[in-house]
Amino acid sequence: MKSLEELRELRSKVQKDLEMRSNSERPKIIIGMGTCGIAAGARKILKAVMKEIDKRGLDVIVTQTGCIGMCEKEPLLDVKMPGKDRVTYGNLTPADVKMIIVEHVINGNVVEDLAIARFDEGGN
Amino acid sequence: MDQSIYRSHVLICTGTGCVSSGSKKIKTVLEDELAEHDLSKEIKIVETGCHGFCEKGPIMIVYPEGVFYCQLKEEDVAEIVEEHFLKGRIVDRLLFKEPISEESIPAYQDIEFYKKQRRIVLSNCGRIDPESIEEYIASGGYEAAGKAITEMTPEEVIQEVKDSGLRGRGGGGFPTGLKWDFTRKAAGDKKYIICNADEGDPGAFMDRSLLEGDPHAVIEGMIIAAYAIGADEGYVYVRAEYPLAITRLQKAIEQAEELGLLGDNLFGSDFSFDLHIKKGAGAFVCGEETALMASIEGKRGMPRPKPPFPANKGLWGKPTNINNVETFGNVPYIINEGAEAFSSVGTENSSGTKVFALTGKINNTGLVEVPMGITLREIVFDIGGGLTSGKKFKAVQTGGPSGGCITSDYLDLPIDYDSLKEIGAMMGSGGMVVMDEGTCMVDVAKFFLDFTQSESCGKCTPCREGTKRMLEILNRICEGEGKEGDIELLLELGEHIKDTALCGLGQTAPNPVLSTIKYFRNEYEAHIKDKKCPAGVCQGLAAAYVIDEETCVGCGMCAKVCPVDAISGKPKESYQIDGDICISCGACAQKCPVDAISQG
Ligand SMILES: Cc1cc2nc3c(=O)[nH]c(=O)nc-3n(C[C@H](O)[C@H](O)[C@H](O)COP(=O)(O)O)c2cc1C
Ligand code: SF4
Ligand code: SF4
Ligand code: FES
Ligand code: FES
Repeated sequence: MKSLEELRELRSKVQKDLEMRSNSERPKIIIGMGTCGIAAGARKILKAVMKEIDKRGLDVIVTQTGCIGMCEKEPLLDVKMPGKDRVTYGNLTPADVKMIIVEHVINGNVVEDLAIARFDEGGN
Repeated sequence: MDQSIYRSHVLICTGTGCVSSGSKKIKTVLEDELAEHDLSKEIKIVETGCHGFCEKGPIMIVYPEGVFYCQLKEEDVAEIVEEHFLKGRIVDRLLFKEPISEESIPAYQDIEFYKKQRRIVLSNCGRIDPESIEEYIASGGYEAAGKAITEMTPEEVIQEVKDSGLRGRGGGGFPTGLKWDFTRKAAGDKKYIICNADEGDPGAFMDRSLLEGDPHAVIEGMIIAAYAIGADEGYVYVRAEYPLAITRLQKAIEQAEELGLLGDNLFGSDFSFDLHIKKGAGAFVCGEETALMASIEGKRGMPRPKPPFPANKGLWGKPTNINNVETFGNVPYIINEGAEAFSSVGTENSSGTKVFALTGKINNTGLVEVPMGITLREIVFDIGGGLTSGKKFKAVQTGGPSGGCITSDYLDLPIDYDSLKEIGAMMGSGGMVVMDEGTCMVDVAKFFLDFTQSESCGKCTPCREGTKRMLEILNRICEGEGKEGDIELLLELGEHIKDTALCGLGQTAPNPVLSTIKYFRNEYEAHIKDKKCPAGVCQGLAAAYVIDEETCVGCGMCAKVCPVDAISGKPKESYQIDGDICISCGACAQKCPVDAISQG
């Protein structure tokens, strides 16, 4: 290590991976992965989400959820920005994922065309 | 690799506790399951050090949710993969359940065991991969070393540590900054720094866990200390019985060398530092600093009189600073966050936190880090989850063979170096053995004295002969041969050994005896005068068991298990125990379905 700057550069390079293990509030993407969700292609959606996040270097939590009772609209994906309502998107294709991530996760605008529900979660 | 980030991290504890309960096997099965479901690229497996909750191992934490699965079996892994990783459903039956409320808790920060803890030294333990220097750096590692070396003078580093109020965690509680100052000011160019990872106290595993779970933190603390005192070479003295700690430390040293964090001209400065590991054979006395240095020099590990202190004449006659593992583990935090942040935790004269190894008759045994000044009640009942067996709390033995007992009268005493010393107990390195009514205090004293007696190096007479005499007396008392005047003799011998022994081993060896006499003199008297062991531990002295006629339903279970056929009776009528035959083993009382048997 030649200098403190060099250490800090290395740190910023390796840091992103560890942020997953902190408790700070971050945007969350929740993918419906019930049996019918998987049948309707939720895994493809999950992969598309991961690809976008990686490509754009976003700090986002990705989790799954089970059946939420809207099987006919599968595949489903929810976006929950810190302090905002949770928005559910349905009937998705991998291309929609790109749009949702850019518009909603990065720019903070709900993609109304694709949104099918909103939940007030009291800012959580 | 088509993807460099993962959607989930699965942390599997591979501390010594969890490995022995099978975590390596769990990991292998998990790898297979993930591969089978094509999830290997989405989910990352990380091996970590101890989370402290070894009792409930093997332990797995799933991020980003922070879900805490425990007591896993190989069969459980497929269910976790299919339910949790694939469908996002937490597997409830594998979550931790609070012993009292029986509530299952998904997120580990919410478990009572963790709630009252404050993790500074152990902050990385169980959170990062101890074998990855990148993970350590990602969580801010080596920043403090860089800052100290490039932005602070050695005097400023020492001042910061002095201001923090950090005291040695190896037992004595000597102010760390002051010790560094002595070594810095000692005459001579060649100086050494030593990390004491001997950890000889029975029941202690704090230092092992830190070395296994976050070896880089200890290395970083040593680099900073070396810079402060002007040392260019250091040793970590670890006992050979800690193979995992040694392997991880070795790996960590190699990684640090590779990145130029150990070796020549660190951070482009003219400060250079080399670090070596020295394996100890595992004799208790080798934890004593002068004996430890003799051992590194290749001689027999025997203490020598002080002064001269190691700060002036240490390893190979050169000025040497020696600190405990946990002491070094605190240093990076102090440099990064400042003395004030550190001293805001804890009490006025004992700042920061202390790591304790909780063992004995307690529900949640394990490794805990708590702010100094916390009460024993909080440790035993909130973090420790209360006593197993539902028996009443009797005492906590702290400080191992150098320590003493804290009784129920002091449950609300804020724990720090000075308060413990005042009541004749001792912080020691952090072993805490919780004892219930079923523990015989004379027996406890005998256990520790037996330990020190056999670990005595034999160099000085008070320790070699004195502890032997004390042990003989204790053995006699426990066998029912105690005589009037034995207690006084123990007290006299004890005080004498304390005053005249050469090293800390002998000087503290009588403590468990003196402390138990102080608080449980009546138990000694019962052994000596009434020839009874009130707790029913000392074989041959314990009161015989009796059956309560009213309660007995005559099932005959007791008679079946009694190893000496002391129990007789007819089915459906009350059974009896012949007190002359009964050896007080208690086997019958454990079997009785209606609790009709107790000690008379
Ligand atoms: C018999 C005996 C055994 C000891 N064992 C240890 C030990 O295992 N680990 C330790 O850090 N200190 C041990 N000590 C204390 C050390 O001699 C020394 O005081 C300590 O390592 C200093 O570090 P600290 O100032 O950071 O506490 C022992 C002392 C005695 C007398
Ligand atoms: S305590 Fe042991 S020896 Fe005594 S009666 Fe019960 S089983 Fe028999
Ligand atoms: S086990 Fe209990 S209830 Fe049964 S015979 Fe013995 S004392 Fe009586
Ligand atoms: S399984 Fe997808 S909504 Fe029911
Ligand atoms: S070894 Fe796994 S929790 Fe302690």
